[in-house]
Amino acid sequence: MIKQERMKVITQQSIAKHIFELTVEGGLVDEMAEPGQFVHVRVADSFEPLLRRPISVASIDKENKRFTMIYRAEGRGTQILADKKAGDEIDVLGPLGHGFPVEQAEKKAFLIGGGIGVPPLYELAKQLNSRGIETVHILGFESKQAIFYEEKFKALGDTHIATVDGSHGTEGFVTHILNELPHDFDTYFSCGPTAMLEAVQWAYPQKKGFLSYEQRMGCGIGACFACVCRTTKSETDYIKVCSDGPVFPAGVVIS
Amino acid sequence: MIDMTVKIPGLELKNPIMPASGCFGFGKEYAQLYDLSQLGAIMIKATTVETRLGNPTPRVAETSSGMLNAIGLQNPGLEKVYGSELPWLEQFDVPIIANVAGTTTEDYVEVAREISKAPNVHALEINISCPNVKKGGITFGTDPAVARELTRAVKEVSSVPVYIKLSPNVTDIVSIAKAVEEGGADGITMINTLLGMRLDPKTGRPVIANISGGLSGPAIKPVALRMVYEVSKQTNLPIIGMGGVTNVDDVIDFLSAGASAVAVGTANFVNPFVCPEIISKLPERLHELGYDSVEELIGRSHRL
Repeated sequence: MIKQERMKVITQQSIAKHIFELTVEGGLVDEMAEPGQFVHVRVADSFEPLLRRPISVASIDKENKRFTMIYRAEGRGTQILADKKAGDEIDVLGPLGHGFPVEQAEKKAFLIGGGIGVPPLYELAKQLNSRGIETVHILGFESKQAIFYEEKFKALGDTHIATVDGSHGTEGFVTHILNELPHDFDTYFSCGPTAMLEAVQWAYPQKKGFLSYEQRMGCGIGACFACVCRTTKSETDYIKVCSDGPVFPAGVVIS
Repeated sequence: MIDMTVKIPGLELKNPIMPASGCFGFGKEYAQLYDLSQLGAIMIKATTVETRLGNPTPRVAETSSGMLNAIGLQNPGLEKVYGSELPWLEQFDVPIIANVAGTTTEDYVEVAREISKAPNVHALEINISCPNVKKGGITFGTDPAVARELTRAVKEVSSVPVYIKLSPNVTDIVSIAKAVEEGGADGITMINTLLGMRLDPKTGRPVIANISGGLSGPAIKPVALRMVYEVSKQTNLPIIGMGGVTNVDDVIDFLSAGASAVAVGTANFVNPFVCPEIISKLPERLHELGYDSVEELIGRSHRL
């Protein structure tokens, strides 16, 4: 169920260039289930900036009623969020949308992420591992300075890193790594820029895959019709990224 | 005991607060969050004869204390709204105001005639003010004679009272209000969004795919309030006021300016519980101000 709650900031730290890790605490965590769901954060109590910011959930700690978000502070709203300190409160609406269907993975899964699309794959990797699924992580970043959670992913399975400038790992995109790896997995999960999602779908047309999309949002709950995408399922209707997604099976979204 | 009820044509409202059209879909999303029966009424998303896909994305852009949207009247069309969205809303004890849009007079007439037959539709809101579609919409709302004739045509076929939704993108909104009054309108809803745009400073390109969009949110409240004040002074039609309402004092302002009821739009996106929150705070605020009823407050700015 969707809740709105003023949650307490437990920690906030910079973990890479412009990238922040923010952990908050509150009863809303009880509602969180699927990895890949997101929250809609109001960064100020005023109406400036006006809209909430959609941020993905990087990890869930049900026992302590805490969850962690990882976001890039590059716009007006996220820069305000980056100033929040332990003890501050932030207004969180969530959990929102439909996440990754972990039950679809059988034995081995590829988790393919790019940039700020990487965070939700961490909770996904944790949940898949706890179900006995082997996970391989293929993660792309701009440069060495932008990389985060490499060690944490490594602790959960094979982890391959690509950087656009070649300053760490393979030079180029995640697709360069995918070309080198054997196709010995049954399911893939991916989150990142639309171009990357397209490339991943092309790479594995025969595999079962689930992709998390991004689109400019208004309400975050499906009422405003801002974040729509065309779909292969219907010529006369759109799908809404916020409430129908953000995760869709491969081949459904026309981007 | 504060009397929160308001009576305007077709509508016996238990309180004067309702979500504005286009900001609440057909209610399903918000029904996950609270009981819609708390609301004074619901203004459902604009309905056209045929299914409309709307505009390409990006469709929204944030601005200072506001947002631009160019959704483009996306809706499933009359048949689906009448056959499934409206019946679904019947589970709630709340009157529906159906927003009617189109590209020709015949479109408006057809939607108005059919949708007004639904048992829970107690009034129509005729959208002659959508700035985001190439044909229809605002073109009916900027010329007084055209607005009057459309009002007449819709009035003739509607089984319920007809409210006309006015655009602020005109030189003289009072002349449009008077024209729809002559055309037989039962009331006015105002204001729709103000035309605006935002550019990306890096590229110089418009942020919204439609190039321009409708501005809403707290930024437009002073404009809306002034227009409600003028129209209420110069016509005899009841007004449902809207534009940048986010809290109980905004509601007080619109009532004072002459609105009989108040719609909340963009604020639903920021705080999905804003309508029930305002409804629960309104009696106390009226009491603090020394009023026993909503009705007493309506138009008080004209009497001071």
